[in-house]
Amino acid sequence: MSTMEVSDDTQQADREPPVIETRGLGRRFGPVVALQDVDLQLHAGEVNCVVGDNGAGKSVFIKMLCGMLAPSSGDVLLDGAPIEFTSPRQARSFGIVAVYQDLAIVPLMSLWRNFFMGAEPVRGWGIFQRFDVAYAKQTMKAELDKLGVDLGDPDRAAYTMSGGERQALAIARALYYGARVLILDEPTSALGVRQSGAVLRLIRRVAQRGTCVILVTPKPQHAFWVGDRFLVFKRGRLQEDLRSEDLTLEGLSYLMAGGGEVDELQNVISEAATA
Amino acid sequence: MLRDHLAPLTPNREWTRNLVLRPELGSLVAAALLFIFFSIASSGAMFEIPTIARVLDTAWPYGIIAVAVGLLMISGEFDLSAGVMVGTAGALLGVMATEWGMNLWLALVLSLGICLALGLWNGVLVVWTGLPSFVITLGTFFGLRGANVALSKYFTGDALIENIDEASGYDALHAIVATVFGTAPSDFRVSLLWWGGFIVIATWILWRTKIGNWIFATGGDREAARAVGVPVNGTKIGLFMLTAGAAWFVGVSNAVRYTSVQAGQGVGAEFFYIIAAVVGGCRMAGGYGSAVGPAIGALIWGIAFIGIPQAGWNSDWRWAFLGVLLLVATLINHIVGERVRIQRSS
Repeated sequence: MSTMEVSDDTQQADREPPVIETRGLGRRFGPVVALQDVDLQLHAGEVNCVVGDNGAGKSVFIKMLCGMLAPSSGDVLLDGAPIEFTSPRQARSFGIVAVYQDLAIVPLMSLWRNFFMGAEPVRGWGIFQRFDVAYAKQTMKAELDKLGVDLGDPDRAAYTMSGGERQALAIARALYYGARVLILDEPTSALGVRQSGAVLRLIRRVAQRGTCVILVTPKPQHAFWVGDRFLVFKRGRLQEDLRSEDLTLEGLSYLMAGGGEVDELQNVISEAATA
Repeated sequence: MLRDHLAPLTPNREWTRNLVLRPELGSLVAAALLFIFFSIASSGAMFEIPTIARVLDTAWPYGIIAVAVGLLMISGEFDLSAGVMVGTAGALLGVMATEWGMNLWLALVLSLGICLALGLWNGVLVVWTGLPSFVITLGTFFGLRGANVALSKYFTGDALIENIDEASGYDALHAIVATVFGTAPSDFRVSLLWWGGFIVIATWILWRTKIGNWIFATGGDREAARAVGVPVNGTKIGLFMLTAGAAWFVGVSNAVRYTSVQAGQGVGAEFFYIIAAVVGGCRMAGGYGSAVGPAIGALIWGIAFIGIPQAGWNSDWRWAFLGVLLLVATLINHIVGERVRIQRSS
């Protein structure tokens, strides 16, 4: 397990400046410290996997980034400038968009209605103002095409979509509304292998197009395949910050399973420790 | 390729899709079948022009309000005060025009304002308290049921307000809301055109404006809609006001047509609107439906209301019919809803 070194930050110093940055970010709930001292610089075009046990602080971290939870200390910086936001909507206006497991998709509405829900394109004036349906359908198709996704008939109801399609629609919608930092909360948790593969490829493609992706997933295989960088949270701190080239799937699985605790467990179960 | 891997689709997707796009289809078929059925049962009397005129004249007052109640139901809410609001509108117009000698046009505007305010009250209360609209509007229902008659008696000494035709502006208003085409018994009211216009406008709003998208989104998944910036509360309040406005229109139309108003009218009709909306394919839990559907639902009521005595049966069977109709329609809607639930959890 010698691969698990904290990667050298100077390695990234020559790269383009980070899109989003946190400085001393922390959150307390009364006397309980949920997260403290998170210093991170995240870059465009990379998939950052947030990894950690329940209660490690990863969901608190995600919630602070997307505006659902206010930090108790520290700053979030966008393009080097500190930003203040207190709601997901405000975060979205800065280009930080979270796609949650429920995805904000209304099952009985058609795909294009879902895609433009809350931001309907209109034409005409006054009482003749109308939902520009043709534009909506075309634009949705074009946006999905950019990501190489074909959802078929835009008129079908959203509930007829598979889990993967649903993710694709939600992600394409987030990008259309200007997401520069895309936060994905366990996008493959409810999917089968094939659909998971498709969604992971989609995530790679989103990153290649210059978006900074922050991915929460409990599955090491998924994280390893898609991730450029792995942020390991443990007991309310950012424990390790690793790049994919410094890591093997086994190493990542080991980390995600709880690191040293697994060793201890194995020692207890089998008397002979593996080399 | 991503294209190949996303989405093994449900095999009978076309079927469900068509059902989703055409929520009123079932009610249209039902209306046609019922019409044919009663035509046979009445030995062809249903096909005669006077009978059709009576069917339509029975249906339109329910139809206009049912369209609004349908939109409200799609947004996920009920209005049990819609029926009694008809009495409120008529009584307001009657008291203003006869007791206070007001010009009918002025009375028209004032009564509309009061009805819209009552709709606003319903909507704001539902949104603020978060209580079921069933409870809130039930309160409004009883409040108005009492106030309609009590205030009529207070101002006019009677629950029946008469001689509205003596008010100034009556003839012009009569021409607009109560003109008759054809001669009795083959007479058709201009109200049918208003009904048609109402259906067209409601359909336009629902399918071709952003407000329509908000209505579907609000009823389909309120939290999802809110999360992406749909003004959920505003949409609901607006629809409560629309429903009150529709009730107002029917109330004043009837007042002008009959030149008198029973302040107690409209009690019990609230269920007809809801039944018409459900029969017309609107989902009780919201998120699904059309504007045409509730109108067809009201038409079905008209067909049964006239058809049952035409067929020589006791008129009391109407109520039993209404009950069966509601159950069957709800069951069908429920099956559609189940499908959605299954799809969603997969």
